[in-house]
Amino acid sequence: MSAADITPGRERGRLAELLAALGRSRTFLAGAVILLFWIFCALFGEFFTPYDPLADDIINSLMPPSAEHWFGTDQLGRDVFSRVIVGARDILTVAPLATLIATIFGTALGLVTGYFRGIVDDVVSRVLEAFMAMPVVIIALLAIVALGTSTFTVVSVIGLSFSPIIARTVRSAVLSERELDYVAAARLRRENALHIMFVEILPNVLPPILVEATVRLGYAIFAVATLSFMGFGIQPPSPDWGLSVSANYGMIGGGFWWTVLFDALAIASLVIGVNLVADGVQGALDD
Amino acid sequence: MTDALVLDHLDVAYHARGRDRAVLRDVSFRIGEGEAYGLVGESGCGKSTAALAAVRYLPRNGSVTGGRIAIAGEDVTTLGRDALRRLRARTVSMVYQDPGKALNPTLRVGRQIAEIFELAGASAGDARARASGMLKRVRISDPARVMQRYAHELSGGMQQRVAIAMALAKDPALLILDEPTTGLDATVEAEVLDLIAELRREFRTSILFISHNLAVVAKMCDRVGVLYAGMLVEEGPTQALFRDPRHPYTVALLRCLPRAGEHKGQNRLDTIPGSLPLPGAIITGCPFAERCALADDCCRRELPALIDLAGRFSRCHYHTRAGELPRQTPAEVRSLAHRTAPEPVLRIDNLNKTFRSRDHNLRAVADLSLTIEVGETLGLVGESGSGKTTFAKLLLGLLPPDAGGSISFDARTLPPLLDERTDEEVKAMQIVFQNPDSALNRAHSIRHVIGRALKQLAGLSGEALKARLRDLIRSVKLSERHLSAKPRQLSGGLKQRVAIARAFAGEPRLVVCDEPTSALDVSVQAAILNLLADLQAEKQVSYVFISHDLGVVRYLADKIAVLYLGRIMELGSSGRVFSGPHHPYTEALLSAVPKLDGASRARIKLEGEIPSASNPPSGCVFHTRCPRKLGPICETQEPPLAEAEPGHALRCHIPLANLAKLQGISMHQHSETVVLPTRHGRP
Repeated sequence: MSAADITPGRERGRLAELLAALGRSRTFLAGAVILLFWIFCALFGEFFTPYDPLADDIINSLMPPSAEHWFGTDQLGRDVFSRVIVGARDILTVAPLATLIATIFGTALGLVTGYFRGIVDDVVSRVLEAFMAMPVVIIALLAIVALGTSTFTVVSVIGLSFSPIIARTVRSAVLSERELDYVAAARLRRENALHIMFVEILPNVLPPILVEATVRLGYAIFAVATLSFMGFGIQPPSPDWGLSVSANYGMIGGGFWWTVLFDALAIASLVIGVNLVADGVQGALDD
Repeated sequence: MTDALVLDHLDVAYHARGRDRAVLRDVSFRIGEGEAYGLVGESGCGKSTAALAAVRYLPRNGSVTGGRIAIAGEDVTTLGRDALRRLRARTVSMVYQDPGKALNPTLRVGRQIAEIFELAGASAGDARARASGMLKRVRISDPARVMQRYAHELSGGMQQRVAIAMALAKDPALLILDEPTTGLDATVEAEVLDLIAELRREFRTSILFISHNLAVVAKMCDRVGVLYAGMLVEEGPTQALFRDPRHPYTVALLRCLPRAGEHKGQNRLDTIPGSLPLPGAIITGCPFAERCALADDCCRRELPALIDLAGRFSRCHYHTRAGELPRQTPAEVRSLAHRTAPEPVLRIDNLNKTFRSRDHNLRAVADLSLTIEVGETLGLVGESGSGKTTFAKLLLGLLPPDAGGSISFDARTLPPLLDERTDEEVKAMQIVFQNPDSALNRAHSIRHVIGRALKQLAGLSGEALKARLRDLIRSVKLSERHLSAKPRQLSGGLKQRVAIARAFAGEPRLVVCDEPTSALDVSVQAAILNLLADLQAEKQVSYVFISHDLGVVRYLADKIAVLYLGRIMELGSSGRVFSGPHHPYTEALLSAVPKLDGASRARIKLEGEIPSASNPPSGCVFHTRCPRKLGPICETQEPPLAEAEPGHALRCHIPLANLAKLQGISMHQHSETVVLPTRHGRP
């Protein structure tokens, strides 16, 4: 044996290294704690809420926060605390699903435009840009008016309207990746374009996709909450936060702030939690 | 008189993964006033760390854990922040490998240099005048013009001159040069080295010169220290150290380099088995023991002291026997019967490639014709921008050539583009890329990389694939435990072996090697060159070997093509091209290569910069820089590539006999000349 009989460095896998870096990131840990709290509430909230979040109790309507009702009650006498806890469920189903759809579509579009470039890229990119120029909520409204209100519509509309942004991120990563020699090497062993895009290039552009998807999740939560607030998203009788804010915001003027504040705080904390996670992932990948 | 730099039992550690890892251990050396001290060693030995530690520029996780550093008598280790800044501003300068990154891209060159004088208290007008003077001193002929430029508008050589001008502007007591010419072309490197040597005499600056290139250090330095695993293993006057090394590591390093005239047909290069200890490894005994054929129990048990040998030092128990280090790779060449084929494997006729853009056309390859025989290596030599890599891409069908030319493989004309070629044609021609980090998919295991090539190129699957995979990795001297690793877990040399295995998966007839060893250390380079030579002897494969390193090309190539601005300037057998008479451009390239003996020979200096290929000079494209230019004919008429003697063609107006006279070469000295045409005679 000659000079190159070298032991491979004892390095941990890429995933293990990423997890270790995430464990050291305070930003990520803080975001993860918030996010896990809400996921836990969404999954098991109904088992520990003090009241049934849907049960009316007209006699006790619009009670301010007290020892019995920590966050007070709304105009139907429903316990706000219980509703906030269980209200995480719908948004944490709809927003991640929408993000997943956006990621899958966006990744495929980005791979194709980035790899083929030329006329395909020019046409598709211009269409995507036109799409991105319109606010998500407007597109969603148009689609819902046309297709009718349903969770499916909300998920697909948000998913599709976020996919151009993910496509753009993936495309720019693919553009630099395709110039690397391993792509030429794959062509020199007669791999077809699908293999090169999905087997050769895709694994190497996963990190930016992961970051972009996490950032999009934050926006998706925001978009779902907005649509629900406008009455086009999640439908009653769900204790959804956006919906609750929408039903009660007229009462702030009357001094019944608790009917709105806790739901709004819940939305804010979830978005902040997701953004902290996104920042942490970004930082860990940059290391 | 104070020493410019003193390192006294210096220990440096990097904090990584929870503990301190020693990268420099007990390093001591001093650089006297006006002295040039070279620090050599392979990558990872701690050369750059020593330079960074000297000016306290260690990265945040690095710290000096012991010992003392003094620059011009001042103890650097204890300096406060302000004192340290004063020291860096006045006493010591650094020049790095990549001048493009060292210069500020947003400031004009003149502004950047003037700033240094202003910091020292000069007025704005005075600073500009002095900046202009400084550029003159680094032999920039038109300082006013250069001062108006931004860094990216200058060539690499010019950038490095500007960086050197900035470094010398404050007349430092110590100048640290960290691989200052590594990214530059051979002729530019030679110019910059000449410049540094001249400036050294002029300014009497002390220099710490860091390089992996032993010959460059031999040319530039008075004394040399050899670093290994963060320890100084040998130190001494340059001449003595390279002529009579006293440490087995130095001996082994020198043996890895192909000597002048050495050829793959005669003997194999020696190599160093094993690899450098990882940073922070616990080392008991001699750090080199496990790779040293002279090592015994004593070496493994006991760290040798740096032994004083009257003016030089060696950290070896057996320094008197260092020269007797046995070879690690037998010199004998496995000679297999060379099958001669009637047809060349590759014939290229009149190949052209023009990159067109809106405002100009760039002719990257012009009228290129040549043949490669079965089992032959064509060495492709030329500076950056000469069209070497474009030529490789044309061959492989990765780029479309201009209409008109042809590439025939085994006497069949190849379609120009990869997608139009048959499977047979594609697998017959493969490539080993320059940079294995780019060439191997970092997401895939080695098993996947090579296995996929076997499946696609050799059409294997299942057990047959597994068996062939085992054979293939054995033939490139990898072992099965490497198969599950990802590329980044392997060293540069191992990655290049994987790339070679992949290229050989489909039993190719011709492999393009695009600078396959330029990113590797010399000991690894030697092993890779041996491997390529062995594979060729065994499989009768032909190579197109692209390299800027003439020593490597000379060792491996049978035939040489010298490219300049996309044109072949000289084409012939390796022996003839190297022994001469040479084309003036080849002559300049050869004379630019620093030699290990450090002897300074008359250098053929090239004037000016490489012209742009989008606007090549009229007539002979080389006339703007040619030291042997005849006259107006060179400016108006492009000479043809004409056969000047059998098997040796030159593109030059000067007749071969005159070139021989000019270059002081006797025409009868060809080592492998069969019959010499008498018309040349002895000059």
